[in-house]
Amino acid sequence: MKIVVPIKLVPDLVEELVIDESGLKLDSFELILCLNEFDDHAIEQAILLKEKDGSHVTIIALGMEEADEVLFTAAAKGADELLRITGDFEDDLNNHSYAQILKPVIAELKPDLILTGVQAHNDLDGQLGPLIAEYLGFPYVGYVGGVDSQIDEVTVHKEYPGGLVAEVSVKLPAVLGIQAAEMPPRYVAFSRIRQARNTATIKEQTVTSSEQDYGPSINRLYHPKSRKRAKMIDGEADVVAAQLLSILQERSSMQRGQS
Amino acid sequence: MNKDIFVAIEHLRDEVANISYMMLAAARMLANHTGGEVVALLFGYQQEHLAEDLEADSVWYTDHPALADFGPDTYLDLLEYQIQGAAPRALLFGHSSIGMDLASSLSARLELPLVSQCRDLVLKADSAKFVCQICGGKMMAEGYLPEPTALITMVPGDLSPELGRSTKAPQVYRQTVPEFGESRFTVRQYVEPDTADIDITKEDFLVAVGRGLQNRDDLELVEQLATTLGAAVCASRPIVDQGWLPTSRLIGKSGRIVKPKIYLALGISGAPEHVEGITGSDLIIAINTDPRAPIFEVAHLGADVDMLDLVDELNNQLELAPVG
Ligand SMILES: Cc1cc2nc3c(=O)[nH]c(=O)nc-3n(C[C@H](O)[C@H](O)[C@H](O)COP(=O)(O)OP(=O)(O)OC[C@H]3O[C@@H](n4cnc5c(N)ncnc54)[C@H](O)[C@@H]3O)c2cc1C
Ligand SMILES: Nc1ncnc2c1ncn2[C@@H]1O[C@H](COP(=O)(O)O)[C@@H](O)[C@H]1O
Repeated sequence: MKIVVPIKLVPDLVEELVIDESGLKLDSFELILCLNEFDDHAIEQAILLKEKDGSHVTIIALGMEEADEVLFTAAAKGADELLRITGDFEDDLNNHSYAQILKPVIAELKPDLILTGVQAHNDLDGQLGPLIAEYLGFPYVGYVGGVDSQIDEVTVHKEYPGGLVAEVSVKLPAVLGIQAAEMPPRYVAFSRIRQARNTATIKEQTVTSSEQDYGPSINRLYHPKSRKRAKMIDGEADVVAAQLLSILQERSSMQRGQS
Repeated sequence: MNKDIFVAIEHLRDEVANISYMMLAAARMLANHTGGEVVALLFGYQQEHLAEDLEADSVWYTDHPALADFGPDTYLDLLEYQIQGAAPRALLFGHSSIGMDLASSLSARLELPLVSQCRDLVLKADSAKFVCQICGGKMMAEGYLPEPTALITMVPGDLSPELGRSTKAPQVYRQTVPEFGESRFTVRQYVEPDTADIDITKEDFLVAVGRGLQNRDDLELVEQLATTLGAAVCASRPIVDQGWLPTSRLIGKSGRIVKPKIYLALGISGAPEHVEGITGSDLIIAINTDPRAPIFEVAHLGADVDMLDLVDELNNQLELAPVG
């Protein structure tokens, strides 16, 4: 099979998120980007399929050179082809525009399967996967936690609330929104990534952008106003532990008092 | 002008999803604002009875064997057909396994604007705004509801699902079925969650671990703590995805919704998908080294200390003086 994985870099949530002067977006100078967590699962699922059936895996990233590290890491895991798309577009392109940009690029690769992360935490105008699917006329299934490939279809595990799973067969070519790969994303040693830097090549493809206006426009971005912020227990772990135990003690005697 | 608010009802195995009732409650607020009606779109096969408790002015029910299971092809064809004709002010979906398979595709197909991860609607005399919860609950984004028809995927907010339930059956209008093309999806079977494990929804005291637990080996210390406290161990998604705990212990959107007396969250950031599962708890205690972690917005008590240091301390202090 030919598998294509278009990825997205998103703000790293471990870092402090700073809003810029416009009050409409995150300050790009303060921003540390990382691979969308679910895209990491999509890459892993692609590599797992490659290991099972010899699939060919292409990873596509957009814009910034920050993507290079992520692309080389994917190569170290086993991806065959790396593609970076450049053009005159803004870094904070919405998903509709990204999907439009990807449409001809992906179509030319003639994939059987396109794997995307089921969502990204900063999605405001829907998800990349179903948008690509609709623009290409392919079927889409999201919330996927496992993929089995057959000749002209794949059988996927689609997750529903409460741990219920539906086994769904989908005709190829298709787009899947990966929630979790069958195995957690593998760890690759830094030395292997450095090696990939020397051996793998990133193909650059320049496209002209087509800004799609179907995203909502934002008038204000803000940190959540606490509705009711937790009462914080100060002190080191030993102090916190003692306090917690006395609270638990109180609760359990209260409950005994009630019954 | 478009006034009516449409809600795409989700149901699975003959039960309407909770999020659909919440959406009906939000739709009612919005309809009061626009002066329109709430219309519930219900697709199914011999499932008209699901309409009975929907708090809507009318239910458009479409019945067909091809609608027995959720399938994006048939659902999308129907939605396209019904929305194009009716041009509502908004169409609400769940930000869920069903809603998210539909909303983006419909937006691309009909070239309609889409707002995703919407948590609240802010309605004033002269404006209607959406508020989205993004960046794992660390940011809110606000804007005017786009026109002409806003497609929205909703995450659970402060509206109670009870507001979307009615004791009075709504008016049901059976819809004609368009010719369906061949579906590219086939549901082979449903696989039930494992029931051999304990039922964490029945536990009074839960100790939950998240990615802050960096090593699998340290899970043992947490288990020891839980045993001494008479609590059960559960987890956020990354821990389950790593295979460190079974799916039956997963809390949140794709796992269980729990309402224990005490929920002790260790090294959990408080992403909306997790928080969805715990808001009904009596007492939430959160331990997280990041004082800005969203979990502190929902917790009653918190401390920004290292979870492993705390677990060690708790284990030590309990050994000296057991709770009882
Ligand atoms: C469709 C969908 C469905 C989902 N369903 C669920 C679901 O049902 N349940 C669920 O949980 N998630 C679900 N998720 C995933 C969710 O979005 C988050 O990724 C997940 O909840 C994060 O888990 P976490 O808080 O353990 O990890 P992280 O977000 O990585 O947080 C780890 C936290 O630990 C803290 N920490 C690190 N080290 C320490 C330490 N030593 N001591 C104390 N604190 C520390 C960090 O500050 C951080 O806040 C779903 C996602 C999607 C897209
Ligand atoms: N869709 C819209 N786009 C731009 N402005 C709007 C829109 N809807 C309402 N407004 C106006 O913008 C002004 C600012 O609103 P507010 O931010 O709520 O104070 C109000 O007077 C609104 O009437």
